[in-house]
Amino acid sequence: MQPIIVIGFLNNMKVLIEIAYALYMGFYTTLKNLFRGPFTEEYPEYKRPLPARSRAQIILTSDPDGQERCVACYLCSAVCPVDCISMQAAEADSGRRYAKWFRINFGRCIFCGLCEEACPTSAIQLTPFFENSKRDILKMVYEKADLQVDHCGKDKNYNFYAYAGIVTKSAGKGEHVKEEKPVDVRTNMP
Amino acid sequence: MWLWTLGYFILMAKITLVLTVVLLLAAYLVLVERKLLGRFQARIGPNRAGIFGILQPIADGIKLLVKEDVVLDGAERGIFQLAPVIVASMALLTFAIIPFGKPIIIGGHEIPMVISDINVGLLYAFALTSLSVYGVALGGWASNSKYALLGGIRGAAQMISYELALGLSIVPVVMMAGSFSLVEIVNAQAKWPFIIVQPLAFIIFFISALAESKRIPFDMPEAEAELGAGYHIEYSGMRFGLFFLGEYVQMQVLGALIAVFFLGGWRGPFLPGPIWLLIKIIGFSIIMVWIRATLPRFRYDQLMTLGWKILIPAALINIVITGVFIVAF
Amino acid sequence: MTIYSIIFYIIAALMIISTGMAVTRENMVHAVLYLVVSFLGSALLFFLLGAPLLGILQVIIYAGAIMVLFLFIVMMIRIEPPERRASPVRHYVAVGVICGIYFGAVVLLMLVSEPAAREPMASAIASPADFGHYLFSRHWLAIEMISLLLLVALIGALHLGLSGMRRRTNKGDAS
Repeated sequence: MQPIIVIGFLNNMKVLIEIAYALYMGFYTTLKNLFRGPFTEEYPEYKRPLPARSRAQIILTSDPDGQERCVACYLCSAVCPVDCISMQAAEADSGRRYAKWFRINFGRCIFCGLCEEACPTSAIQLTPFFENSKRDILKMVYEKADLQVDHCGKDKNYNFYAYAGIVTKSAGKGEHVKEEKPVDVRTNMP
Repeated sequence: MWLWTLGYFILMAKITLVLTVVLLLAAYLVLVERKLLGRFQARIGPNRAGIFGILQPIADGIKLLVKEDVVLDGAERGIFQLAPVIVASMALLTFAIIPFGKPIIIGGHEIPMVISDINVGLLYAFALTSLSVYGVALGGWASNSKYALLGGIRGAAQMISYELALGLSIVPVVMMAGSFSLVEIVNAQAKWPFIIVQPLAFIIFFISALAESKRIPFDMPEAEAELGAGYHIEYSGMRFGLFFLGEYVQMQVLGALIAVFFLGGWRGPFLPGPIWLLIKIIGFSIIMVWIRATLPRFRYDQLMTLGWKILIPAALINIVITGVFIVAF
Repeated sequence: MTIYSIIFYIIAALMIISTGMAVTRENMVHAVLYLVVSFLGSALLFFLLGAPLLGILQVIIYAGAIMVLFLFIVMMIRIEPPERRASPVRHYVAVGVICGIYFGAVVLLMLVSEPAAREPMASAIASPADFGHYLFSRHWLAIEMISLLLLVALIGALHLGLSGMRRRTNKGDAS
């Protein structure tokens, strides 16, 4: 009888010591945090530079030679899950296609980045700039002039018309990068 | 008649002083709690309204006052409006018996530094805490909402259970002081505070006080995770503000009671009495914030087990031991 | 008429009104609340008579503990108010007659033995320490018996609860 009581007592003491230790560790941890100082970055005063690939405000970039990249292929408009992109295609005298008007409704845009993935010419791109909220929802509809920028965005060197093999005023048949002169099929005759 | 008028004005001055300090402290305890909780979690806490967020309580007060006071269609209108008043007023009334300093002698007349020294002061404090259960239970019931009702029922059960432990834990103190009057209890601690001779009673009282104030880790009645906000989920505007005020005044009340029963009340070296009482109240509040930052919420059956199976028997044993010692020596 | 008697009559009227409301309310919670008001009124009367200890005990035990349990039960079980029947005037008359006889007898007793009737109040007015001395030196046997009775009730309730639980677990094992 006696040993059982002693063992029970010892077990209880063990439990008590465990409880005390757990409490001590808990309170010690929070107290340590009290003196660690805050990790907060205060937003309007300090703006953390965001990674270049973060998705926010959409822009229409231009070629390295300064012409607009967009060829009005409607792919971004088609892929957009909330249908916020709309445009009208046209063709210039030089042979380049362009958008007569181009409109993004940022009141609808969910910044999913699918338009950027769909774009064959790297024209439409998302930038890290996110402070674009407005009081008036109609002011959230951006026209082409609001979207266009005169730099290349993330894709510094790509020039669609230099590779695409489409005849324009700047490059004729066979004058594009990695393109050979067209072959006269009749010379291939045996 | 002249003396009577003077006494009346002195009484009014004391009431005004105490209420001002208590309400201001309640407002700033909210700020202190938010600031400290922020630091405990490596955040900053409110710092936009004024330097260090010093104007935050004023902004909160204005917001609560100008918000719409919604009374639900299905609610019992009268009881719904009465409940927060009960909570806040019962907490405030307790300060009538807290002694906050040495009596001042002006022109041969002794002015006690307590609003009312009744000879059953301790019982008065417990009567008020037991009445504030009504605020919680009725607020939950009158809202006609299941979450509020659950919160109210939990609150009532929890407060009844812990009132018992609270009352029993204080019996040894009464036995040693030989009086129910808080002034006498403070005077009995002139040599040393009772926490040295009654550590077990202090621990039981402290845990029960935490449970009585319905704060973490005993915040079952308003458990955000399960009940939304519990018994005051349907309240808005200043009626919610009264519940909020009641909670923070209750913190001060319990701090003041702990100071009076165990820490020697307003007694302390060097500084004047009221300052010492304030220091003790604020210290208790800061410890409560620390506990809130550390411990998770109890499960309901654990809460009841702790109250009925551990605290109350421990308090009873403590009474017997104290009785034996008092009779023996 | 002193200011004390004015306060006395105000409180007495309040108590009678709230007790009447408590008896006639159909909503249980309202009835309980009116009863609480009535208890608080009687506590105030004790204060007015100079017996703060009795007043405070009235608040703690009746208003603070018993009525809270009442409220708790009433809140938990939603009782529909019974359908209105023709007012049972006969019941009220019978109850009124019995209460009237009782009240009249008490008043008569107090009038006949006026000096002695004040004596119980004297012990109540005394300070808590004197009150305790009075109870435990003169009536210690009665108090011990009452506490024993309460202990028996407590153990009985525990036994009933435990046996109910045991039966339920046994059934659970069988099925």
